Amino acid sequence: MAELTMRDALNQALREELLRDERVFIMGEEVAQYDGAYKVTRGLWREFGDKRVIDTPISELGFAAIGVGAAMAGLRPVIEFMTWNFSILAADQIINHAAKMLYMSGGQFNIPIVFRGPNGSAYQVSSQHSQALEAMYANFPGLKVVMPSTPADAKGLLKSAIRDDNPVIFLEQEKLYGTKGEVPDDPDFTIPLGVADVKRQGKDCTIVARSLTVPIALQAAEKIEKEYGVSCEVVDPRTIKPLDIDTIVNSVKKTNRLVIVEESHQFCGVAAEITAQVNEKAFDYLDAPIKRISSAEAPMPYARNLEAAALPDVAKIVAAVKEVCYL
Amino acid sequence: MPKEAAKTKRSDSPFNHKARAIEPVDVFDPDEAQAEYLKRKKSQLALIKKTDKALLEEMLYQMILGRIFEERCAEVYRLGKIGGFCHLYIGQEAVAVGAITAIDKKRDYVIVAYRDHVQAMVAGISPEAVMAELYGKATGCVKGKGGSMHLFSKEHGFFGGHGIVGGQIGVGTGLAFAQKYRNDGGVTLCFFGEAAVNQGIFHESLNMAQLWKLPIVYICENNQYGMGTSLKRAMSLANIARKADSYGMYGEFVDGMDVMAVRQATMKAIERARNESLPSLLEVRCYRYMGHSMSDPGKYRTVEEIKKYQQRDPILLFKDSLKEAGVFDDSEFEQIEQRARKRVEEAVEFAEKSPFPSEDELLTDVLV
Ligand SMILES: Cc1ncc(C[n+]2csc(CCOP(=O)(O)OP(=O)(O)O)c2C)c(N)n1
Ligand SMILES: [Mg+2]
Repeated sequence: MAELTMRDALNQALREELLRDERVFIMGEEVAQYDGAYKVTRGLWREFGDKRVIDTPISELGFAAIGVGAAMAGLRPVIEFMTWNFSILAADQIINHAAKMLYMSGGQFNIPIVFRGPNGSAYQVSSQHSQALEAMYANFPGLKVVMPSTPADAKGLLKSAIRDDNPVIFLEQEKLYGTKGEVPDDPDFTIPLGVADVKRQGKDCTIVARSLTVPIALQAAEKIEKEYGVSCEVVDPRTIKPLDIDTIVNSVKKTNRLVIVEESHQFCGVAAEITAQVNEKAFDYLDAPIKRISSAEAPMPYARNLEAAALPDVAKIVAAVKEVCYL
Repeated sequence: MPKEAAKTKRSDSPFNHKARAIEPVDVFDPDEAQAEYLKRKKSQLALIKKTDKALLEEMLYQMILGRIFEERCAEVYRLGKIGGFCHLYIGQEAVAVGAITAIDKKRDYVIVAYRDHVQAMVAGISPEAVMAELYGKATGCVKGKGGSMHLFSKEHGFFGGHGIVGGQIGVGTGLAFAQKYRNDGGVTLCFFGEAAVNQGIFHESLNMAQLWKLPIVYICENNQYGMGTSLKRAMSLANIARKADSYGMYGEFVDGMDVMAVRQATMKAIERARNESLPSLLEVRCYRYMGHSMSDPGKYRTVEEIKKYQQRDPILLFKDSLKEAGVFDDSEFEQIEQRARKRVEEAVEFAEKSPFPSEDELLTDVLV
């Protein structure tokens, strides 16, 4: 175990998988000589060279497609989007091609590819650079969707994603790159996709959070415990698809209350999906309507105060927990 | 590039109208550019002498204003007054000023990428409204909602400030489509960086613009880097003007350090668009002095390289010519600079004093 930032944990995962499997390569804008726009690929080009770590032109659709083709032919590409906002230019390759290839080839061609990069808000980068896209990608059969919240999870999940035989949408968060945590250094440490993690035990209310909202939910849980004596359980699904609904349902059966916190928009979102599934599987256990906290239903504004108002925060979570606990 | 292909003259293109030979150059060496510049200096001086003095003053003022404004942005950014991404235009002033002063402000349109402060001001948005926007204040040109990358003004025919590399090339083509549809005589100037040429939308747009003869001037600001990646590392044929050939479009290199050259080329392209409804592609070769954005340490190039380009600084070149042509003297230069400096200070003061947007604004301007 060593204490690492999430950035370095991701870097370690990439490095170990490059060492482990000759078929793995990394491709994207500024990933090689610049060490990555957010330094996740730092040092990898120097160690592995031009063949394995490849700078691309600003051609998202084109290099995503090269990844899909290379994966179809047996390689295991890791495609970095400088941010997930730019993946929208490549959505045709991800959704129309990567996601469907296994099915429409009658099971002949699987696409072992990872698309990764930062997702969600950053620091005042405004409407076109602040989008959280998990709901969009999770909507399409054929894609796995992963969202780590701690350095150890990031490492273990990224390694599993690279070893997975199917396309994985791996959503990081710029604001979490600098967060620190203990990370196992065993090169065979992996975390299976589709397994949630209870980040905090509690008995009165369940909070489901993912990625950036996990540390915020944990802070809120501390505050609620101290100020209101309410004990919150924080569940991090870690993988959005496949979704470990059982862990969430089991928690709700214990607490009878559920608050879901997310950075994406609410309409047709992941929280909506979790709400529906909990209603189907644990309706009788609920003592209050499920509460969702999402980003405002508007593009992200630039101004500091408006951006803060648009995003989930501790105060909003505390208020939601109070509401479902009738406090 | 294969030698034979390199030698093909543009005039050999079967689709070519008004053919003009383009010598392929892989790197725009400042020494070569200077030699070219000296060759045309005489005619340039004659042109300056023929040009209205008030216009020349306005051009110089806008260049200096843009320079000082951006320097001030860097300062206040470091103080935390501006957030997010902030891309400065220092070194490229001749492009915005040369091109945008050539339009008819009553009917022409301008659309640009995210490095947009100076283009916005030359198009007519006040320095106050731009600075206030960078501060995220309610008095900004988009009420604090867009920030540095998303300046807009319907009033000034300024269609934004776009953050997705290449996106505005397609949108700009649509603006020109509307102008032709309405037959209103308007022309669109569509700016983008050289790295945007590698996006599919560049090629799709140029094809349709030529196919449907749209009144647009594509202005590629080739500052030779897309973030930390040099043109050479990202483009198989690093000769952008020539790519117009693929679409049978008129293409031309322009010295982006020479504001008069940019203006001349843009005026001709605008005429072509206005009178013949034909698009053009101008590859304007320039250089950005600062990092890609305020968060770029710029380790991918040397200080010597930057210094070499700075010897052909667009403001210095223009001042030299103006002086040589006898249009302005040093004291007039001093006055122009003072005026610009004062205006930038007023803009900062205005931004400082303005209020942040009210929280109700979060859910306005969004439909559902
Ligand atoms: C589709 C897309 N991909 C990547 C980015 C990140 N990015 C912003 S600017 C930039 C470089 C663009 O360079 P260029 O077009 O030459 O313009 P310049 O910055 O030199 O003015 C990159 C990679 C983006 N904003 N949009
Ligand atoms: Mg550039």
